Order: sequence, then C-alpha cells, then structure tokens
Amino acid sequence: MEVTTKSMPYEAWKDNEYIEKLVKELQDNGTNVVVGSLDKLINWGRSNSIWPLTFATSCCGIEFVSLGAARFDMARFGWEVARSSPRQADFIMVAGTIVHRMAPVLRRLYDQLAEPKYVIACGACAVSGGPFKKSYHVVMGCDQIIPVDVYLPGCPPRPEAMIYSIMQLSRKMKVERFFGVVNRKEKQEDFLKAHPISEC
Amino acid sequence: MADIKEKISRLFPEATFEDGETLLVTIPDAKWHEMAKTLRDDEDLKFDFLVTIVGMDWVETLGAIYYLTSTTHNTHISVKVTTTDRVNPMLHSVADLWAIATIFEREVYDFFGIIFINNPDMRRLFLSIDWKGFPLRKDYDASPETNPVPTDNERQSDFTDTYVELPDGKIEKRQERVFQEDDFVVNIGPQHPATHGVLRFRTAVDGETIKKIDVYMGYIHRGIEKICEQLTYPQTLHFMDRMDYFSAHPYHHCLCMTIEQAAGIEISRRAQVIRVLMDELSRIASHCLFIGTYCMDLGATTMLFYTLRVREQILDIMERTCGARMTFNYECIGGVMQDLDVNFVKDVKELLAVLPANIKEYNKIFTGNVIAKNRLEGVGVLSNEDARSWSITGPSGRASGWACDVRKTDPYSIYGELDFKEIIRHEGDSMARFKVRMEEMEQSAHIIEQLIDNIPEGEICVKVPKVLKLPKGHWFRTVEGCRGTFGVYLESDGTVNPYRLKLVPPCLPLAAVVDHITRGEKIADLITIGGSMDYIVPDMDR
Repeated sequence: MEVTTKSMPYEAWKDNEYIEKLVKELQDNGTNVVVGSLDKLINWGRSNSIWPLTFATSCCGIEFVSLGAARFDMARFGWEVARSSPRQADFIMVAGTIVHRMAPVLRRLYDQLAEPKYVIACGACAVSGGPFKKSYHVVMGCDQIIPVDVYLPGCPPRPEAMIYSIMQLSRKMKVERFFGVVNRKEKQEDFLKAHPISEC
Repeated sequence: MADIKEKISRLFPEATFEDGETLLVTIPDAKWHEMAKTLRDDEDLKFDFLVTIVGMDWVETLGAIYYLTSTTHNTHISVKVTTTDRVNPMLHSVADLWAIATIFEREVYDFFGIIFINNPDMRRLFLSIDWKGFPLRKDYDASPETNPVPTDNERQSDFTDTYVELPDGKIEKRQERVFQEDDFVVNIGPQHPATHGVLRFRTAVDGETIKKIDVYMGYIHRGIEKICEQLTYPQTLHFMDRMDYFSAHPYHHCLCMTIEQAAGIEISRRAQVIRVLMDELSRIASHCLFIGTYCMDLGATTMLFYTLRVREQILDIMERTCGARMTFNYECIGGVMQDLDVNFVKDVKELLAVLPANIKEYNKIFTGNVIAKNRLEGVGVLSNEDARSWSITGPSGRASGWACDVRKTDPYSIYGELDFKEIIRHEGDSMARFKVRMEEMEQSAHIIEQLIDNIPEGEICVKVPKVLKLPKGHWFRTVEGCRGTFGVYLESDGTVNPYRLKLVPPCLPLAAVVDHITRGEKIADLITIGGSMDYIVPDMDR
C-alpha cells in the first residue's frame, strides 16, 4: 500500500520501509470492511488538519514562526491553526531545548493534549540534547519525558524540513486505525514505567 | 585613569590596584559597600551603570568582580571582592545602590553559593530550590545522579531568605514573604504565546492593577558558561548563535574580538568590514521580527507577514554567504569563515532599495493607528535614572533618553569611522521603544550603504594556530547587540580552555525591570510592556 500525501509522490519519501512495516503490522490481523472504510474517512480528515500547539523554547521556535508566515505558509497543508491551549491541539512540536525546570511543564502539556496526540521532536536539542550534551541542566532528548512520533534533526531545522516532518506525521496518521487503537494509545504511566528517568 | 586611582587610594588606603585595559581595584569586603557608594555618588567618579557582576571561583577564594561604567565621564572600572570561606561565603550587597544588583547577585548566588548580606531576595534564580550544589564552582559534582531530571512538578515557595546585618555585626537569617499574605496572585507562563519564550510572571493584582511581579526564569537555562569551560576557544564560539539567536553576528563578533585581543591577533580590514556589514544586517532582521511579533501581541497579525518579508530577504543574503538561516557560526577567530557570496553586493543593494518603502508601509499600517497609540503612548514609562539603575541598555534604554550605544561610546571595529546617528527618545514609554527600533533600521541601512561599495580586497581570515592557547589574564569587552550591551568576560589560566567565560546578556535586566515598570499599570498592558522591552529568554537564561 502506498501511503503518501497529495503534494508528494511516493518515491520521493526517504524512509518508505518504515511506513510499510507499520502498515504490515497494523494489517496483520486483517481489517473489518466497515470499520476499515470509516478509519480511512476519519484519517483522511485528521491527517489534513493537524493543529499544532504553539510551544517553543528557543531558536527552533523562530523557524516555526517563519513556517507560519507567508513564504513557507503552512496553511497550504491545513496546519496553520496553531492553538495556544493544549486542549485544542493535535500535536506538540517540541521546538527547542528542554531543561530540567521545563521538563515537568512539558509533561503536563502533553497530558493536557486530547487523544489521539502526537509529538515531533524538532531540532537537535529535542532529539538528543544536541550541542548541550555536556550540560548539567538539559534533558538529553525530550523522548525521556514524553513519547515521540517523529524525530526532526537540524540546528535549527529549515522550515522545509519542518514541513517534511509534519507530512511524515500526517502519513503516519493516514495508516493508523482510529477505532480502538489510537484512541487507546500507550498511557503516560506505562511509558514512564518503560522509560524510567533514572536510567537516562 | 590616574585621577581615579589617586582619588580611590586617598579615600580607601586598603584598596590595591591592578592596571589593565580596565582598572581593577581589589577591596576587602568590609569596606566594599562604603566604596560602592562613593563610586556611585562622587562627582568625579559617578559610576552609575553596573554592567555586570562576574562570580568567580579561584579555588582558594570565591569572589565577585563588579564592572562599572560612568555614563557622564565615559570611564570604566572593575572592583574585585573576595572571601576565603567556601562553606558559608558571604559578601555585602550593593542592591540598595544599583537596582539591577538584586538580580545579578541572585545569579552569583545561584552559580557560586555566595550569599549577599542585605540583599532583599536571596532565592536561586535559574535552578530549582531543591538543586544540590552550585554548578559553576570548580568542585561541582555534575553527575546526573546528583540532580536527576525531575518527574514531579517543581516545589514552590512563597518565602525568600534574607541575610540582615545587625548593628553589632552579627548576620541574621530571616524569612520574608515574596507577596503579601492576602495578595491575589495570577500565574502567567511559562507556556504562554505572548511572553516571547518560556518566561513566567507571578503577578499580584489588585483588581486590574498590578501590585508586584515576581519574574521567574530558568525555563531554558542550559548552562552554557559551564560547558564552555570544558571546550577549546574555537569550540565555544557556536554557543553565541544559540543565546540571542537574532544577534548571532554581534555576539560572535564580541567573543571573537575578546579572544583576538587576548591572543594578540590583528584581523584584516576586509574581515572587519564583513563583520560590521553582518552585524547591521542582523540588526535590521532582528528589529523586523520585533515589530512583527510585537504587533502580533497587540492583535495586528498582518504586520508579521509584512515584516517577515524583509527578514526572509536578509536571511537569504546570509544563507548564501554563511550557509545557514539562523545559526551561522560565521565569524571565527582571525576573521570570518568563508568569503562573501558573488552576488552579495547585488543582493544587499536590492534590499536597500526596498527597505525605505517597507518602513514607510509599517508606519502607515501601525504607527499612526489610533488603537496602537492608545495602547502604547504613556504606558510603561521608564525614566532615565531608572534605566541606568536597572542597566537597561540598547533600544529600550535609548527610548528613555540614555545614550548608551556602545558603537558610539566605545567604538569597536570600524564603527568609529562610520557616519550614523544614535537614535534617542525621551518619552520612555512603549511607543518610544517601538519608534527607536523603527528608526534604527534606517540608521543600520545607512551604515550598510557606506560600506557596501567599499569592501576592500584582502584575506578574510588570518592564520591562527590550530590549538590556541591564551596567556594568563582576564579580558572584558562589550559590543552593541540588537537588544543592548552584550559583554564577554574571559579569564584564562594559560591552557587551551577558558578558566571562566562569563557572558553578559542584555536581556536579563530587560526582563527584570518588567516588575518595576508595570507596577500600578493595568494587567492588560503587561504583555505590551513586556513585549516592548523585547527580551529573548534563551539569552537571559543562557
């Protein structure tokens, strides 16, 4: 099954093995015709109107502002509805370094997002700590606190890269099974049990 | 300088002197407060601008170096105060003389554990109350087990410690409330779209009127100063891009100049011209983004699209030369990394051609607007004296009538030869701060106009040894960033790594003063006042 968006041919994606593996996993047990068709319909709508939370701690946030302005214009893809309240947003773009003091705040924001929710780790700091690897106050990657769907490297990533990462997210949404699966995603407590902070 | 030295040694025979670019006076702690008062109030000295307090750990002693500037005589001085007690180090506070010292001393306490006697607020500034150890001390245990990533919400306290000196010389520790017991406190931030980053205001309100704001920082404190101590000099440079990401070029310029001065490197004229061109281009880009986001805070979203148009044009110019849109890492020790793009001159001229029309357009859309006028004029007034006392530099300081442009007061690089006007306004309100930036864009364009046709030929980077060792010593240098005076204090012990690299961000005072200027204003004006100061949170937190 070729999963792609309207604006990009399937061959142009860099990591099709990953999405094919995901599709295979999801379809292993077969799909109910009715539920499957409904899934497709809902996912078509969901994947074309992903609303971000306005969340930025540092440099990457400024590139996110550029993404919203006229030149890169994320409104073309239906992402322009940046919400200031996590309760109305679909995903967090963790744009910038997460430090110790910010960590509980980010986790609370993630908790406040309505299911199904997604996270993009945007920039080297959010992916792994980046240039601040040796710091005493930086969390080495936001995946230690919250589960991450798409990793976006760069320092900061160009707006084009940000577009690519959100398109990847929308591709992921397209193949997900909405009924009974993403609405019952891994709970935060389970995630924390699987990723104890002390090991990091 | 000789007069200052003579005068101080007459009044304070205990003081010892060390000559250098800036005179360094060492004084015992017992005499420090008295001397600070003289330095500030004496007619011949008048050191009314506290640039920074550099906390230091020399292993056998802990201490602080105060950098002072006289705005009337344009002279500089530094004062060193030390203590040998490492368990319970105490110095006397000067918070009653310079308002900004309250925050600077809290920073030193946070990093070095030095307690300042008589400071009204001795809480940690960037780190949480439960943080173990003082990170910038040389014997700090940086292992993640000591201070793990917190899983629970941070413990909050409504109390602050103060250490008061009693008349008999004893020090008494007291607990004071941050707010009054019956205050109604509203929390704004850290995740708030209009605080320009992750800054938090704990705001005590009386109805709609603001009584007091507790500015809570550290949500993006990354410990850059400590990391730099483990890196070689060329490696420290790239952090300058990531503090105030709009002033990446001026900040790089400052650190490069400090290291070049210490190593005795002369750079070519071509490199100097390129650096100044980049500084001014980034100043225009920075002010453009300020105008856009500031108007967006006020609800005028359209302006963002207009101003980002010019900014994108500048970013394109920079990208073609530096290879990146934001974190350039362009200036290096000895010059600049790459030569200018072949189309640089043409591109810049195109920018200069469209800029006046754009500025005119911004003024037409926003500056004369009735709503904008009502919301900005006479709101958040900062007087000239307060601007000096709170160390508010840059466009915000100049809006209060203080001529604090480092390009004029201490011309560095080739600024001395250039013709440009220092924009000064006297109203001190939000509108003045907005207009100063608007006019500064024109002046920056004027500087670029003078240079763009006269870029001399020559090498872009002189030969610098791969492993750069600096001689023992210390250096301090300031430049005019896009938001104010940025300084670098560098101390070397003769090895390849800096012993201490203190970065002096202009945004820390800009955020600290919000408490002072919003008192008595309406809470609805808090965002416009804060926005007009134009602070960048990663810059103040470092």
